[in-house]
Amino acid sequence: MLTLTDDEKAMLDGRHGKARQKAMGLLVRYAEALGAERFVDTQNVAGVPGSANAFLQNYYKDKGGPEGDAIFSFFDLDADELVEAPSAVVHTCHLQGGADPLHWQTLGVREEIVRGHEAREAFAVSKGVEILKTCTPYLAGNVPAFGEHLAWMESSAVIYANSVLGARTNTEGRESTSAAMLTGKIPDFGLHRDEPRRGTHRVNVRLPIEAVIDWGMLGYFTGDVVQERIPVLVGDMRPPDIVRLKHFGAAASSSGGVEMYHLAGITPEAPDPETAFGGNVPEEVFDYGPAQRKQVYDALNANASDADVDYVMLGCPHAALEQLREAAAMLDGRRISANTRLWIFTSRAVRNEADAAGFTAAIQAAGGVVMTDTCSAFAQAVPPGTKVAALDSAKQAHYLPAILGLQAWFGTTRDCIDAALTGRWNGVCPS
Amino acid sequence: MIVLRGRKVVGGRAQGEALVTHMTVPGWGGVNPVKGVITETRHDLRGVSFAGKVLVFRGAKGSSGWSAMYHTTRLAGTAPAALVFNEMTTKVALGAVVMRVPSVTDFDQDPLDVIETGDWVIVDGDCGVVEVRKKS
Repeated sequence: MLTLTDDEKAMLDGRHGKARQKAMGLLVRYAEALGAERFVDTQNVAGVPGSANAFLQNYYKDKGGPEGDAIFSFFDLDADELVEAPSAVVHTCHLQGGADPLHWQTLGVREEIVRGHEAREAFAVSKGVEILKTCTPYLAGNVPAFGEHLAWMESSAVIYANSVLGARTNTEGRESTSAAMLTGKIPDFGLHRDEPRRGTHRVNVRLPIEAVIDWGMLGYFTGDVVQERIPVLVGDMRPPDIVRLKHFGAAASSSGGVEMYHLAGITPEAPDPETAFGGNVPEEVFDYGPAQRKQVYDALNANASDADVDYVMLGCPHAALEQLREAAAMLDGRRISANTRLWIFTSRAVRNEADAAGFTAAIQAAGGVVMTDTCSAFAQAVPPGTKVAALDSAKQAHYLPAILGLQAWFGTTRDCIDAALTGRWNGVCPS
Repeated sequence: MIVLRGRKVVGGRAQGEALVTHMTVPGWGGVNPVKGVITETRHDLRGVSFAGKVLVFRGAKGSSGWSAMYHTTRLAGTAPAALVFNEMTTKVALGAVVMRVPSVTDFDQDPLDVIETGDWVIVDGDCGVVEVRKKS
């Protein structure tokens, strides 16, 4: 049974305006669907308020009132009447968007759609939303504190915030984050509470996990076997950096629905396996060894057969500064193949840093393009005529073939840069 | 006729042919909401339309775009008629709310053991009751 506080009742009764009433109404329907008993307060929202793809831009064109308010009222707040959106009441950032504002022509996005994205961005700015335009807010200035309650979208950011930072958020959606932006409330369910954060499944890691690709494949395996449950990984894992944790979490939240994991001896709520399980007996125990690694590698390369590579995509989740440094260093002053395109995606903040460091210029001199805001899967955009892509992200390898019907090779960043330089795929399973 | 009793997620009453998967159902990146079909490679419902069906499934998985994708199915006229599922998560709860279709979970017996694709299913969201007429 859901209990509301006085300020929540006031919002629901319309004493803080129509838009907050609609927002609170949606949150109440959502909390009741979950079976939640109360809300938690949040001061940190990451969503996509007011944004619209081509379908939504077209759908809401003639629905009355300013287009931004129509999309926000009818879609974000799921309301049946047009309301004027007030500014965000809590710190709210905008996640990834649909097109790079500089390179949209290269990306192949139509001008009218780009103008639509610009209008949607101006709408969000007018409501006090911070335009980070990235799936990696934790690399672009929004780094939550341990124990902080969040209302975040973006599965790869959610798993990072919970597992690496010890912040608390479920995988929220478009509508719940927009409602949280106007209320500072989100249902007290799941990972906001102590018990659901404890481990349920154990993964024994039976081989050394070092390189980024090792972490990506281990994440893909883990998500596949535990689905949306909470794995505790135990074994020979070298302390991972941000890039490795980013690739592990993105993979685990793509092959399954993992929103929280524990690396025994590494992540903050897992000083040891016993603490991570918190008294739970593991429901299932899985081994990850050479045979499982080979299965994951083969699954991620299952639909690729043509070794001529048209397109190399890096930056899923959005590249960290050190990944742009690494790509520039691997290109080493050479030009990429005339038959191949290289696009690397990152956030606006990291691109600024890469510009200052000279990495963007080095990648461009080689024939590559550094883009912001989006990625090939999100924008559904690849170079014209692409039939075969090469990727260093298990998440992107999971999504891109399904979304665009391409062949996709999966391998190391080095395999991908080599494919960009030679036009040929020569990757092999790590051993 | 078989009767399953569970808990209301979204109220209302609807009926239709069952479309059953024992797998979790993907959202953004694994579904085409305008066409109303699952597109994820290696999914057993790949290419199958869920429009107007009673979708019987384990739970939701994948991206946080789940709710927005299924919200879009309502606008596009391709939404399922009702949802019957086992595992409650924020993705499926919010998706069911904004799809505005009768939805029930927390059953006294596993609907995946009882319902097969092609069975006729009547979902009463308000009472949390699901009636199943087996295909002959």
